Amino acid sequence: MKTLHGIAASRGIAIGPAFHFQKADLCFERSAGQDPSGEWARFQAALETASEQIAHVCTIAEAECSPEDAAIFQAHGLILEDPELCQMVRAKIEQESLSAESALSDAAETYVHRLESLDADYMRARAADVRDVTDRVLRILCGVDGSPTVSPIVPSIVLARNLTPSDTILLDKSLLLGLCTAEGGPTAHTAILARGLGLPAVVGIGSDILEVPDGVTLVLDGGNGTLIVEPDEETSVTYRACQAAIDATLTQAHERARGPAVTRDGHRVEVVANVDNVAGAETAREAGAEGVGLLRTEFLYLGRASLPDEEEQYQAYRAIVDVFGDRPVILRTLDIGGDKDLPYLDLPPEANPFLGLRGIRLCLAHPDLFKPQLRAALRAGAGHNLKLMFPMVATIAEVEAARDILQECKAELLAKGQPLAEEMDVGIMVEVPSAALMADQLAAEVDFFSIGTNDLTQYTLAADRTNAQVAPLAMAFQPAVLRLVRDVIAAAHAGGKWVGLCGELAGEPLAVPILLGLGLDEFSMNPPAIPLAKQIIRSLTLDEARRIAQAVLGLDSPEAVKALVRERAPAADVA
Amino acid sequence: MPESTLTIQHEVGLHARPAALFVKTAKQFHCDIQVTHGERKANAKSILSVLALGAEQGAVVTISTEGEDATQALEALATLVRSNFGEKE
Repeated sequence: MKTLHGIAASRGIAIGPAFHFQKADLCFERSAGQDPSGEWARFQAALETASEQIAHVCTIAEAECSPEDAAIFQAHGLILEDPELCQMVRAKIEQESLSAESALSDAAETYVHRLESLDADYMRARAADVRDVTDRVLRILCGVDGSPTVSPIVPSIVLARNLTPSDTILLDKSLLLGLCTAEGGPTAHTAILARGLGLPAVVGIGSDILEVPDGVTLVLDGGNGTLIVEPDEETSVTYRACQAAIDATLTQAHERARGPAVTRDGHRVEVVANVDNVAGAETAREAGAEGVGLLRTEFLYLGRASLPDEEEQYQAYRAIVDVFGDRPVILRTLDIGGDKDLPYLDLPPEANPFLGLRGIRLCLAHPDLFKPQLRAALRAGAGHNLKLMFPMVATIAEVEAARDILQECKAELLAKGQPLAEEMDVGIMVEVPSAALMADQLAAEVDFFSIGTNDLTQYTLAADRTNAQVAPLAMAFQPAVLRLVRDVIAAAHAGGKWVGLCGELAGEPLAVPILLGLGLDEFSMNPPAIPLAKQIIRSLTLDEARRIAQAVLGLDSPEAVKALVRERAPAADVA
Repeated sequence: MPESTLTIQHEVGLHARPAALFVKTAKQFHCDIQVTHGERKANAKSILSVLALGAEQGAVVTISTEGEDATQALEALATLVRSNFGEKE
C-alpha cells in the first residue's frame, strides 16, 4: 500500500482499477510520393483547422476557467503559426519528399530535442506544449481528430500526466470513477471540469502515478487530495464504509432533488442554478433547480467576429426562460473586460484587467454594446419571470446610469409596439467591496442583490485566485468575506430586499449551513451541487444554522471555519 | 543595423508569458529581428526558436533588427524587456 498526496480538486471517494489515459494511435506514410505541393497544401489546411480548434478551446477555457488557463492555448496558437517551424516543414516536404505528417513530426521533434536539452525544468516543460500542438495537427492530417480516445473497458480511475478540456470531455463518463493527474493545480481544466461533472478528482500529485500499472486497485479521495495505491484490507473497508455513508446521503439527496429546500423547522429557501446556455438550463432543471440565479451571457459574445444582434440574443434568452416556465431566471448583463479578446470591440489592453473597464463599467461606456442586450432581455421577459442583474457595480451612480439606459430601451420597444416586460425586477451583483459596504444605500435602488463571492473574495483579500502562489488567501471561507456577506444580507433585509449568492461558495457543502444561518434567501450554484445543498438545508433547523454562522464569524481562519461546520453539521461533511 | 543588448529580469526568463509577448510584439513589424543569447541565435518572430534560446532570469541577450521599420521594432522590444514585460517588481 502506498499513499500519494496531491491537491484536492473535486470531492468524493472512488475505489476502482487504474487506467492510463491515452489517445488513439496515429499511423501515416513516410513518403509523399510525387506530390509535394499537394502535401504542403494539406499541411496548410490542417494548420487552419488546428487554429480553429485551439481558438475554440481557448474560448471554453476563458468562459469556464480563467484568462491564465486560456493563455496556454494562446501560446499553442503561436507555436502553430511559428514561421521557422513552417519553413522547416516545407523544406522537408519539398526537398526530402516527405509526407506532411512525417515532415511535421520530424520538424517538431527537432524543437522538442532543443527544448529538452535546456537547463531549467520549466523550460523543458515547454517541449510538452510543442508535442501537444504537433499531436493536434497530426490528428487532423490523419483524419482522426474527431475520433474518441481509448476508453477503459470497466469503470476505472483515470490517471494521466495532464488532461486538456477536450481530452476530459471525450472520455466516456459512464466508465469514469474519478480523475487523477500528475500535473495541474486547483484551477486546472481537469479540476473545474471534474467539479462540473461531480467526479472525485486529485491533481498535481506528481509523476509517480505514471508508474502505477493499469488495473491495480486504487482509492481516490477527492476531498483530502490523496490516492492510495493497492490499499490493504483495513483501508479498503474504511473507505468503503465512508463511501457508503456518503452514497446514502447523496442517494437521499438525489431522490429528493426536485423537492423544496425546507429546514426542519419549516424555513424555506430557494435553490437555483448558474447556467450558461439552453443545454445547461435543461440539466439544471433535471438536477432540481427552482430557477436560474445566474444566467451568464458571455457565451453569446466570445469566439466570434461580430457583435450578436438583438434578435439573436432574444432567441437565445427566450429559449432559456422557456425551460423554466414561470420560475425566476436572473440574466446577468455582459460581464467582460479588457482581458477577453473581442475583436469587434477593439478594447485596449490594460495593465490590470480585473481592476479595469469591465462588467457594468464597460457596458456604460459602450451603450451600443449594452442596449441591444437590454432590449433582447426586456423582450424575452414578456410573459416570463425574467429578472435583470448588473455585474461589477461599485457605486450608486452606476446603478442609476444603468437604469436610465434600461428606461430608454423600454421606451424604444414601446415606440415600436413590441411586447416587453415593463415591470422587470432589477438587481445587482455585490462583488466589489465598495458595493458591500454601501449595501444599505444600494438596497434602496434595486429589487435584489446577488453576492458574487468569487470576485468579492479576490478583491477583499487582494489576491488573484488563479495565481497558485496566493490562491490559499483567496478563499471565500475567509472570515473577512463571511462578515461582508453577513453585512450585505442584513442591509438588504433592513431595506426589505432579498439576497441571493451565486459564487462557488453557495454550492460548497460546508458553506451551506453558514449561509443559511446568515439569512441568505437564494442559493445559486452549478447544477450538480443542488441535490446535496438541499439535503444539507433539510438536515438543519434555522436556529442551528444561525448558531453555526454566529460562531464562525468569530473565528480567525478558513480552516477553523470549515472545522467548526464539520463538527456541527455532519450532513455537510461528505468526503 | 540597429542593435541593443539587454538583461532579462523576469523570474521565468524569456519564457511562458514573456516569450509570448515578445514574439507577438516582434510580429507587428516587417523587419527581420534576431535575438542572440551566447552562441544561440533566434528569429524573434518564432516562438520555438525564442524558447530554445534558454534565456533564464539574468540572461544577457542582444536584439538586432534589419529592414524598413527596424528602429521602431528595436525600440518596442527593448521597452518591453526593460519594463520587465509589463509586470511590476
